[in-house]
Amino acid sequence: MTPFRFKRPSIIPGFGMTLGFTLAYLALIVLIPLAGLVWRSAALGWEGFFNVAIDPRTVNAMKISFGTSFIAALVNVVFGVIVAWVLVRYRFPGRRIIDAIVDLPFALPTAVAGIALTALYAKNGWIGKWLEPLGIKVAFTPLGIVIALIFIGLPFVVRTVQPVMEEIRKEVEEAAATLGATRFQTITRVLLPGLQPAILTGFALAFARAVGEYGSVIFIAGNLPYVSEIAPLLIVIRLEEFDYAGATAIATIMLSISFLMLLVINLIQAWSRRRYGYGT
Amino acid sequence: MKNSRLSIAFATVLLMATVASQPMSAALADTTLLNVSYDPTRELYKDFNAAFAAKWKADTGETVTIQTSHGGSGKQARAVIDGLDADVVTLALESDISAIVSATKKINPDWRTKYPHNSAPYTSTIVFLVRKGNPKGIKDWGDLIKDGVEVITPNPKTSGGARWNYLAAWAWANGQFGGDEAKIKEYIATLFQHVPVLDTGARGSTTTFAQRELGDVLLAWENEAYLSLDEFGADKFDIVVPPQSILAEPPVAIVDANVDAKGTRKAAEAYLQYLYSEEGQTLAAKHFYRPSEPKLVSADLLKKLPELKLVTIDDPIFGGWAKAQPYHFGDGGTFDQIYKPKQ
Repeated sequence: MTPFRFKRPSIIPGFGMTLGFTLAYLALIVLIPLAGLVWRSAALGWEGFFNVAIDPRTVNAMKISFGTSFIAALVNVVFGVIVAWVLVRYRFPGRRIIDAIVDLPFALPTAVAGIALTALYAKNGWIGKWLEPLGIKVAFTPLGIVIALIFIGLPFVVRTVQPVMEEIRKEVEEAAATLGATRFQTITRVLLPGLQPAILTGFALAFARAVGEYGSVIFIAGNLPYVSEIAPLLIVIRLEEFDYAGATAIATIMLSISFLMLLVINLIQAWSRRRYGYGT
Repeated sequence: MKNSRLSIAFATVLLMATVASQPMSAALADTTLLNVSYDPTRELYKDFNAAFAAKWKADTGETVTIQTSHGGSGKQARAVIDGLDADVVTLALESDISAIVSATKKINPDWRTKYPHNSAPYTSTIVFLVRKGNPKGIKDWGDLIKDGVEVITPNPKTSGGARWNYLAAWAWANGQFGGDEAKIKEYIATLFQHVPVLDTGARGSTTTFAQRELGDVLLAWENEAYLSLDEFGADKFDIVVPPQSILAEPPVAIVDANVDAKGTRKAAEAYLQYLYSEEGQTLAAKHFYRPSEPKLVSADLLKKLPELKLVTIDDPIFGGWAKAQPYHFGDGGTFDQIYKPKQ
């Protein structure tokens, strides 16, 4: 452990001003709205808050929100890494176009994405009409939610993994090969450990983004209570009842769970850095 | 050293706070009215605004620009509560305007008596939109729970229109089961087991039914049903008017505090009053709303709006919005109780 070094002045000038700016900016953009959120939900009191938290409808919506987000983030990790790999390691015509396509989910208004996906996966849609005879229903089921969340989360994994992958030199792999590693060993013991922190970050970003997603999911989910009702929708429902305290209570619970999960992911990252010695 | 550093940090915080608190100056144009309305009135107010602007110009020589904002009725009410500068509100539910009254006092509590017919210049009702030829033979509310019938309606929690759907079904069941609440709830519960998707708004449900081709019957505002025929082709759907439905009275009100602050009261009052004129009532009927002064409208236009038995929200079954809203749609209300999704 290095000692806490707040008192020793940094060599780089401008610490005071930039710290002040950072604090003011963070307070304005993040902390004040979040504090307002917690403040509003405090109007319920502990018992009211507790009742919202254990309400089966809330619990179910949380399970659906966090469950589908988790699955979507996992899928994105697997395929996002493959996409990043292709973009980094191979040169082929149209590579830059594919590279640009990856960012599209960032730019598209999510409602548009939701409507487009629903049109595709509904039973009369281009994809849905092939899946329907097989008994696979996507639109208006939890599976639809996962699809929408995969769509919006993909760029997060690709864009965090890609630059790190570019840093890994081919020579490292060649060295592994000359030392007798099989291709599989090269991937699992040389490449993946180096990518792990970036993959975890990508996972965390895609996951966090998915948990908060409302616009696209609402069109494809079907929104049936206990089946395909996500927590953000429950918040909107509470707002429609002019129940601001109830809405902020659900939001506070979501926020706490998200914060805990992000913290855990950060700890895993720190642990893996120490273990593998990367990124220090 | 450390202190000066932190004081610079503090000064920066202060500076940014000062900059942020400077009042924004805004220039005012000539009279502009903002009408905050709900979703399906888009087409009606587009025509009505043009008609009113022409009339106002002819009467007073002043130019008035009317902006309308549309969205879910409850969301629109919240926007006004949170400070949207509306001159008039024309919403789907009395309870949404009441919410503005009780939350902000921007609207006088006696708003319902300001204009004729409880401040509802037009009314509407809930009808069934079915696939062409009505293959499932849906004629009345009881047919909605027949085997194999899928019903499309938005979520009553998020959609004003869906609340009318819900209450219309409830009123029918009340007559059917002689007021036995257990049986009414059973009917409503069964009805919602036939609902595969709960969209958040009326337009969303129309899309689900018309474009995604989901469901056999859409519970819709009468005017939305006619609009769907225009939009998607009369060869695709039929409108079925059940023998009994509900009288939906979308009310209008002046936002007193806002018009007094902006000095637009005269224009705003004339705007709402114009809804009751011959032109206003005719435009409402043209857009398939039921004019509250039908004698002002040609019989030709009224033909499309057939007579049926209409239950009002003030009927003893419901006892007015102030009672019905929390009883049916509040947290833990009948809608929450009956909702048992398919497993």
